[in-house]
Amino acid sequence: MEGLDRILLEHPFFAGLEPQLGHIIAGCARNVRFEAGQYVLREGGAADEFFLIRHGAVALEIHSPGIAPIVFATSRQGEIIGASWLLPPYRWAFDARALELTRAIGINARCLRDKCEADHDLGYELMKRFLPVLLQRLQATRLQLLDVYGKQAT
Amino acid sequence: MSLAATSDPMLPRPYRVGRIQHETKDIATFELLPVAGEVAGFAPGQFNMLYALGVGEVPISVSGDPADGKRLIHTVRAVGAASAAVAGVKRGAVLGVRGPFGTSWPVAAAVGSDVVIVAGGLGLAPVRPAIYRILADRGRYGRVALLYGARSPLEILFRREIERWRRRLDIEIDVTVDHASGDWYGNVGVVPMLIPRVGFDPGNTIAMVCGPEVMMRFSIDALRTAGVPDDHIYLSMERNMKCAIGLCGHCQFGPTFICRDGPVMRFDRIASYFLVREI
Repeated sequence: MEGLDRILLEHPFFAGLEPQLGHIIAGCARNVRFEAGQYVLREGGAADEFFLIRHGAVALEIHSPGIAPIVFATSRQGEIIGASWLLPPYRWAFDARALELTRAIGINARCLRDKCEADHDLGYELMKRFLPVLLQRLQATRLQLLDVYGKQAT
Repeated sequence: MSLAATSDPMLPRPYRVGRIQHETKDIATFELLPVAGEVAGFAPGQFNMLYALGVGEVPISVSGDPADGKRLIHTVRAVGAASAAVAGVKRGAVLGVRGPFGTSWPVAAAVGSDVVIVAGGLGLAPVRPAIYRILADRGRYGRVALLYGARSPLEILFRREIERWRRRLDIEIDVTVDHASGDWYGNVGVVPMLIPRVGFDPGNTIAMVCGPEVMMRFSIDALRTAGVPDDHIYLSMERNMKCAIGLCGHCQFGPTFICRDGPVMRFDRIASYFLVREI
């Protein structure tokens, strides 16, 4: 467990986290590994675990019948995958596929949700870390939608 | 940093079109060779007015190596009538060239600093001369990173050259595209998202940003969040440049003229009106 505590606290997502909170979160954590091409999560599946990438790269994809999956983002070392575990119905809204050998920490969502219900300080700490990531991704998506490299732009 | 054009700045000089490289379906890079005399030297970031005879002039940044005294290199996208005429030139044709004009990237001021170059789309062309200059004198800079965003994998500009730079071990290159299918193994997402991934010393970093204005706004936010001070961020601005010598006023941007006081501008000097929509 000490090893996971340390790894968690070294991950940029948990930078500066109080060690005692890190210890609580580590109680829900495990090391995971995905081979290139392996799916980390699938759209519609239960959002019961989210991931902190330690090494590697993961493509976030949406599939549509009759065409190749569309990659809308990639996540790499130091970043996280998965926010659907935060809110009901706890279902993934996209696919995530490892582009190369990827090592991550998986955090059991049910375990962490229960701990957040029991300890609102922990929940608030997590919210402060998730919200900036979600906001950054929302803004990035808006920029993506603008198609800024289209013909009318530079 | 301003480098005045030689002789009469309103008088185009004839240049003959040499080799042409079609980068994408509507972007071409070509070399221009002087019909007579020497090539006008330029500083990285400066632009020329390219004149398609009988059609019109367009301001285009030089995209070639400033150390190459034999030719000018320009990269042009066909957008309007004049740029389409320039982008569609054939080898051997003659274009009129006025310039170079405007301010340049702070490659000398960046000596001793880390350098982060953030480019989007065709915005890679105006910063390419700065990359050449920095790589030619690589030992005088700290970490050097190029972050480039394109619309799709097929629209990556200077792809072979980026791959060549990537093989060097002294420049960090990260490329991302806005949209891709599953056979693309690189990054997908907007270029500002790459900024937090680069390790640089924010207080000792010079950032050079070039691309569509909205992309530059998001990049500035990411650079500021990373701790880069406003006076270390440089942008290449674009407006409707006509005379190129600060007389006609078409490219007025607040109290400045982009053709004369830009195109490369330090962010802290324009921050107060950068977000003013009416300007």
